Amino acid sequence: MRKHIAATVDVARVAESVRSIPDVAFATDYRYMCSEGGQTLLRQAVKEHGLSRIVVCACSPRMHEATFRKAAKAAGLNPYLVEIANIREHCSWVHKDKEVGTAKAIALAKAAIAKVRLNTPLTAGESPVVKRALVIGGGIAGLQTALDIAEAGYKVDIIEKSPSIGGKMAQLDKTFPTLDCSACILTPKMVDAAAHENITIHTYSELEKVSGYVGQFEAVIRKKARSVAVDRCSGCGLCMEKCPSKKAASEFDEGLRTRSAIYIPFAQAIPNVPVIDREQCLKFQADKCGLCAKICPAGAIEYGQEDELITNKYGAIVLATGFTTIDPVRFGEFGYLHHKDVITSLEFERLTNAAGPTQGKLVKLSDGKKPKSIVFVSCVGSRDTTERGKSYCSKICCMYTAKHALLVKEKYPDIAVKVFYIDVRTPGKGFDEFQRRAVEEYGVEYIKGMVGKVTEEGGGLAVHASDVAAGTKIVAEADLVVLATAVTPSSDARKLASMLSASIDTDDFYTEAHPKLRPVESPTAGIFLSGVCQGPKDIPETVAQAGAAAVKAIGLLSKDKLLTNPCVAHVNETTCSGCLACEKVCPYGAITADYKQVNSKGLKERRLIAHVNEALCQGCGACSVACPSGAMDLRGFSNKQIMAEVDALC
Amino acid sequence: MLAEKQSTEQNFEPLIVAFCCNWCSYAGADLAGTARRSYPANVKIIKVPCSCRVNPTFILRAFLRGADGVIIAGCHPGDCHYTTGNYFTRRRMTLLMGLLGYLGVDKARLRVEWVSAAEGNKFAEVMTDFAGTIKALGENVKLRDLRCK
Repeated sequence: MRKHIAATVDVARVAESVRSIPDVAFATDYRYMCSEGGQTLLRQAVKEHGLSRIVVCACSPRMHEATFRKAAKAAGLNPYLVEIANIREHCSWVHKDKEVGTAKAIALAKAAIAKVRLNTPLTAGESPVVKRALVIGGGIAGLQTALDIAEAGYKVDIIEKSPSIGGKMAQLDKTFPTLDCSACILTPKMVDAAAHENITIHTYSELEKVSGYVGQFEAVIRKKARSVAVDRCSGCGLCMEKCPSKKAASEFDEGLRTRSAIYIPFAQAIPNVPVIDREQCLKFQADKCGLCAKICPAGAIEYGQEDELITNKYGAIVLATGFTTIDPVRFGEFGYLHHKDVITSLEFERLTNAAGPTQGKLVKLSDGKKPKSIVFVSCVGSRDTTERGKSYCSKICCMYTAKHALLVKEKYPDIAVKVFYIDVRTPGKGFDEFQRRAVEEYGVEYIKGMVGKVTEEGGGLAVHASDVAAGTKIVAEADLVVLATAVTPSSDARKLASMLSASIDTDDFYTEAHPKLRPVESPTAGIFLSGVCQGPKDIPETVAQAGAAAVKAIGLLSKDKLLTNPCVAHVNETTCSGCLACEKVCPYGAITADYKQVNSKGLKERRLIAHVNEALCQGCGACSVACPSGAMDLRGFSNKQIMAEVDALC
Repeated sequence: MLAEKQSTEQNFEPLIVAFCCNWCSYAGADLAGTARRSYPANVKIIKVPCSCRVNPTFILRAFLRGADGVIIAGCHPGDCHYTTGNYFTRRRMTLLMGLLGYLGVDKARLRVEWVSAAEGNKFAEVMTDFAGTIKALGENVKLRDLRCK
């Protein structure tokens, strides 16, 4: 305690000044209260002085409350008879003057003492754990998490909003820095997940509603109507071939080619069953056609299919909702809307992929000819503090841009390749070596400078940029301009966050319970984070985090019972008037009303009394404030306890 | 803590009580500490599970006991750990501010702020600003009830 806190708080004086407070039997200071020595000191003090309450003046209770509760328990005290005065984060670390810091620490200690006097022994309840996990998102993050949980022997359901699992990784051509074929390393995982006896995959499905709490979540999943019977379809593809409506932009190919109204997003899709895009289908739009139903050899087409709602119980939920990229239309200076040859990096992936719209032949979209020069623009929307951009670094763009540049040079050495950048950030195993190879071996020209605008000139494009090193403005010719658009969380991240009461930051990335020590858990118990939904990361990091999230979920599922928070609401039945103002403000439906026999002013009467379901109550305390008679109170944060703290501070 | 205030006009040190919700603002205050973002020591924090746990009577009690300012900090609207708690806080405190105005207390002595667990800087800024406001307003003489002491 002394080393950290003692710089601006005289801890000996804090101990000295609280010693004279009535009921304080023992006060001392110790260097590291959370250490084994500190805890031993605490146990001995309880024994020697017959202590019935403990106040620890130390770091934040968010850090070590559990430690001291355990120590109290070991000393034979109820763990809830401990209070922490936060004299580190809330005092020593934010105040520079020792006199001021010491005075505040004494005040905080006095408040904690005032509160702890009123603490009552509490016992945590138990609630059972449903041994099944729900993974939201069927990209590489979700698949890896699901596979790891399933391998540990627990049932897992994956829900994926698009018609196939695979996510963004399925769209990529090669992966950096090893240049593995992305689909080649992903599809075996997709097949493993689909074939695993413990995994159930719901594609074309979304989360409709979630209730419950850790160990006992109840989720309603909306399985959108596929209009094709999954169990009968053989995946022959005849329907897609014959479908006359072929004008829809292919989502998988980033709109670089069209698809039919009845479609399988890509060749290796799982399930290999088409879905009818009802917006595009003539049968649904004009009640014409119906060709697919006529020709399907399996009779699998079902126009009358409706959305199906499935309700399931889960012990743990893993968010693996992944990412999308920022809309380049926001950045008008690059002319994405006006020039066909200004494309995004994801479009470039499809354009160079052997299974893509050009069978991997790199061509200009405007005329189908091979480009002579390509300019890559990094940080489009990343590290941009203006309203239209994102202030963070998207982390993967430097490396995939280097990958694109290198691959172009490898296949077409005659194409001139320039990369405009703010900084080149390549930390990672083999990353810097890779980027340097692109420059030194392949002759990719890296220019430090921002691109101001892209204009059309003489049939090609002109990239107007600054060259920071030369201190000049330059105009680079380009047949193709590739924009490294910022990584942004999936558009439903916020909706899911409020559905699950999982925290989310201002950029819509899910917040972890602790940025250093609990990086794969949401602050909401039982919700875990996997992949880019928590922050930008590349594939190996995503897989590592997915595994970590799985382990956390397995740790939870392996328990038969969980201890519940005993700091829940309770009713004083003699003063409750049965007005049920409490019931209206409870977000969990934890308050019900029953007719009960009660003693009221010496008379026995039968009347309506509020009742708290302690398994449902999460302990927010909204009811205790709404209650006009003060009959509803919150254990651990009672009216009297908080009032005592107020009195002690003021 | 009246002695602490030493209320000579120039070096008036206000007494400020901050109710912080456990999930966002208390953690935000922790982060302010970890990041060593300083703010006036006049601010003393009471932890509550949710900003909606703050009963208006706690605030009135603080003013009666001589607090010069009370601030309630909770999760941003839409981000409440308990889904809807901070909406209740917002409505209740709006009403209480009206009541304080009616009583002749400057309603700037009561403030509601949203500080997330990631906003350590904002926590320090908000507390510095609030302490400045209260210092400028001077002592709470209207509600302070000496019989409480």
